[in-house]
Amino acid sequence: MPALIPTSTSEAPPQVAARKPRTGYLLLAPGMGWLAVFFAIPFVTLFITSLQVPTGASGVYAPGFDIANYGEALSQYGHLYIRSFIYAGLATLFALIIAYPLAYFIAFRGGQWKGLLLVLVIAPTFASFLLRTYAWRTILADEGPVTGFFNALGVLPEGRILSTSIAVVAGLTYNFLPFMILPLFASLDKLDPRLIEASNDLYASPVTTFRKVVWPLSLPGVVAGTLLTFIPASGDYINAQLLGSITTRMIGSAIQVNFIQFRDYPIASALSVMLMFIILIVVSIYIRRSGTEDLV
Amino acid sequence: MRFVRRHILTVAAFIVLVYLFIPVAVVGVLSFNDPPSKYNTKWYGFSLDAWTNMCGIPGVCESFVESIKIGLISTFVATVLGTMVAFALVRYRFRGRKTTNLLIFLPMATPEVVMGSSLLALFLNMTFPLGTTTVIIAHIMFTISFVVVAVKARLQGLDPSLEEASRDLYADSRATFQHVTFPLVAPGIAGAALLGFALSFDDFIISFFNAGTLVTFPIYVWGAAQRGIPVQVNALATLVFLVALAIVLIAQFVAWRRRKALQADMASRDADLKALSMDALSRS
Repeated sequence: MPALIPTSTSEAPPQVAARKPRTGYLLLAPGMGWLAVFFAIPFVTLFITSLQVPTGASGVYAPGFDIANYGEALSQYGHLYIRSFIYAGLATLFALIIAYPLAYFIAFRGGQWKGLLLVLVIAPTFASFLLRTYAWRTILADEGPVTGFFNALGVLPEGRILSTSIAVVAGLTYNFLPFMILPLFASLDKLDPRLIEASNDLYASPVTTFRKVVWPLSLPGVVAGTLLTFIPASGDYINAQLLGSITTRMIGSAIQVNFIQFRDYPIASALSVMLMFIILIVVSIYIRRSGTEDLV
Repeated sequence: MRFVRRHILTVAAFIVLVYLFIPVAVVGVLSFNDPPSKYNTKWYGFSLDAWTNMCGIPGVCESFVESIKIGLISTFVATVLGTMVAFALVRYRFRGRKTTNLLIFLPMATPEVVMGSSLLALFLNMTFPLGTTTVIIAHIMFTISFVVVAVKARLQGLDPSLEEASRDLYADSRATFQHVTFPLVAPGIAGAALLGFALSFDDFIISFFNAGTLVTFPIYVWGAAQRGIPVQVNALATLVFLVALAIVLIAQFVAWRRRKALQADMASRDADLKALSMDALSRS
């Protein structure tokens, strides 16, 4: 999945002498037009829908400017945002910890097997996302060995994993792991191994080498990977629904239920607008603070 | 000390790789299960029923075919549109490059539930009927970006001297594109198409929002998950996994062989050159 690897997005000058710009526009038009009509404009309709007012008939709403929709959405589902961002944040942190050794291994020890190892990293995604998530029900089952092991250690507050927050965070961590591994690999692969040798030659301990050389140089990958994990994880509701219980629902569930089952489009749209808005704020603060603005 | 560290890393990497495949293995193993009820979450006994009678449960194969159809159409359109955009971005100067890059990046950084719901809001407000068409429109929308990034990376990695050589040999721009540029970029386009198909085939959230009463394979699985997933679903998913894995492994192998052949070719040319110069030296 090369798409997930942050290639240098700095303005690449055309390699070949620039050609007629008109042909360029013609090449761009259909694809960008598609994105404008079916990606950008829908945000506008989503926002308009979020302000609509009920007409009395189910699923039919009239144009309006009802900001109260937002208040109602927040008072009903506000806690789901907090839960979603906590789950997504934890899953991102665990994914980073799990992904780093593998990404490091592929980048520095992969040798001629690099390509094959990367294929193995994305291969699990060829098996249905829903079924792989559902498979965790079997793995984390109450009478299963995993739950038994942790119960023997006495670390499970509820005595089980399935239908708890632990299962949901575990599912999120697993499902978005490849999106963490690939950008990390891309960053580490660009790192000159001689820098690590130099650090070793200067008597830095492995820990110091990691802290002062490897980690700072892999930061663009860390930022890209954490974003590519955090953003989809915070909107996901499949893991919460298949592995959790009614007390682990995430914000995505509320959006889906209000749109499709309740047909309460204004509330559902308000929820969706707020989710996107919060993510945009969180992401822009994160990117600024990590000093990798040129990533996007 | 270094020895220990080296092995800790190898073991850790190996464990993570195994961890990635555990659920896939569970899906595969359960496809040979013989559950007495519809709840196929634990092992009861071995059976080949699901594999010999894949369409045995009504609706499974219909949804599977529907997903393949949607995947093929949307991949084709997205690949054509995305490749054109990638060429424009790498080969042409134009205004609005920043906006273009942003519009391509954003769909990859937007949660599916937001994209799915906003597109549904558009269709609802236009009173556009939901179904295959709306799902295909949605799939094209979210795959274009991935195609653009993949093809762009390939184009940027091209050695410009190859195209210059073609022009030096009096090929016009069309001939250069046809005989040099396109064949070189083709593997990148093929990879992008494969990725696009995988994304489309497996998409649930965006599809569910825009499907209306249409049932794609993931939507079928979602519905089944509430009342027990039939074994046939596991068999189909395992089949898809194995076919996709075979395709990428073969592609990987072909690329590896080509690289080896190229290296051998270079080495033998080197040897020829050496022999030739030795020959010339001995004659002088």
